[in-house]
Amino acid sequence: MAKYTHAVAIDPEKCTGCTTCLRRCPTEAIRIRNNKAEINAVQCIDCGECIRVCKHSAKHASYDKLSDLDFSKYLIALPAPSLFGQFNHLNEADFVIQGLLDMGFSEVYEVAKAAEYVTDLTRMYLNGPDAVKPAISSACPVVVRLIKLRYPTLCEQLVPIMPPYELAGKLAREKAIAEHPEIDPENIKTVFISPCPAKVSWAKSVMEGQTVYVDYITSMNDVYMELLSRMKRDAVISEEAASEAGIVGISWATTSGEAASLMNEGYLAADGIDNVIKVLDDLESGTVSDISFVELNACSPGCVGGVLAPTNGYVARVRLQNLRKIGGLVVKPNDINDVVPGLDGGHIPPEYTEAEAFTYMPEGAPNMLAMMLAMKKAEALADKLPKKDCGACGSPTCRAFALDVVNGEAKLEDCKIRPQMEG
Amino acid sequence: MSEALHYHFDVDGASFANAGRASVETKKLLRQLGVAPEVIRSISVAMYEGEINMVIHAHGGDADVYITEDTIIIILKDVGPGIRNVEEAMKEGFSTAPENIRALGFGAGMGLPNMKRYSDEMHIDTKVGVGTTIELWYHLKKN
Repeated sequence: MAKYTHAVAIDPEKCTGCTTCLRRCPTEAIRIRNNKAEINAVQCIDCGECIRVCKHSAKHASYDKLSDLDFSKYLIALPAPSLFGQFNHLNEADFVIQGLLDMGFSEVYEVAKAAEYVTDLTRMYLNGPDAVKPAISSACPVVVRLIKLRYPTLCEQLVPIMPPYELAGKLAREKAIAEHPEIDPENIKTVFISPCPAKVSWAKSVMEGQTVYVDYITSMNDVYMELLSRMKRDAVISEEAASEAGIVGISWATTSGEAASLMNEGYLAADGIDNVIKVLDDLESGTVSDISFVELNACSPGCVGGVLAPTNGYVARVRLQNLRKIGGLVVKPNDINDVVPGLDGGHIPPEYTEAEAFTYMPEGAPNMLAMMLAMKKAEALADKLPKKDCGACGSPTCRAFALDVVNGEAKLEDCKIRPQMEG
Repeated sequence: MSEALHYHFDVDGASFANAGRASVETKKLLRQLGVAPEVIRSISVAMYEGEINMVIHAHGGDADVYITEDTIIIILKDVGPGIRNVEEAMKEGFSTAPENIRALGFGAGMGLPNMKRYSDEMHIDTKVGVGTTIELWYHLKKN
């Protein structure tokens, strides 16, 4: 199994060992041991639910701090489409881009623009000979990881196109190298402004030898604080700050934007990790019909709801709608054919495909017989447990606790309720 | 089958909302055990069909899953109306589902044939007015 670096970490100083995250983790990856939460790296999908629900701010995402960036280099900011939904009364995307330039970035390449290219590529893929339908979007790294871990037969349905933030990094770098031959390419760095920690894990975990085009991933929260003080209503907008992304790219920030922009009739779009899991189960049992594309986002209502985004996602969604109305967001002529010639056959060129392989990474035991024996013992033990799923033992359910005891990871005495029931 | 790992699920016949829960739970367990993905997929398709059938025709029933090292057997048992003509019911497109159920999109007549296609062996024991028991067998390849 490939090494996986998670972006979600626990601060033991702040963790009180309460059971909130334990019971909200969709993959049951958390245990409370020695009164502190622990995350199982194999099962964690970086959805950020534990960060969202922690009342003690004991979970945090790791990412590159702004102070880690060397602004003497040629830094290209890659703002996620959701960034444009963070500001009140914003009527033009250009103000944000100007703000980023004023922060010291040498250039800004909108991820929304790259998203428009990904839309084109996806449309080609769906109409081409290689598509396995219903095709599932691979843009949300949480969904990709969840499928690889738990839905082995759906792996081949993932769209093999790199996500917009990666494509943005690639195109931005290529453009900068072409336009600035005087700069050492080593000094050209791309900085993604991310609404979510899963993208951090993704970039840090891509297998060795494969190119990752995003050099730094910063938190939208951090950038927002800096931007607020720099964005001025009467700012003079330079030519370089003219937004090149249109409605299509910005719509990727909220659920169904990606799917709707494909102009393809049968699509399903869902968000929220629990809903995503339900849809994946239905896809696996073959009960979904007349669908050619599935867009799934771990966060509601889409990337604007990411845990690194400062504004309530639903408020951000309204602002993006307003930006569209007042700011006159239009469809911009960002056509992938202008960037990549010769795409007519519908085969996606390898340089635009996903850097990681969409293959099953079983979390189960390699030895089925041993696991069967363990689960059989666990079943017998579970019958004697209170079935309250209270989490006080440190495992998310009584059933999970039983298996933890059998595997020697917990002690039967950890169950606080059982003695009283026997009493 | 005393050696087998056994799980029991009540299939609630009162609502469609819960239909499919037993197959989803079973899928989770099989994944934990490390059962091959193709087998899990087949079971999830066939068992889901079976569960839906039990909800539509028989007001629910019992689902039992028995797992040994080389075989998985799923037994779906109901005390519904029974199947009048099994041979007919095995034909694709044949459906006895009531009109109001068909309108929901179920009862398209894919049930039994689909279950057969997605299992290694299917055994039907049915008696009109008594109920139906369907066994789905899966032979696991040794690795």
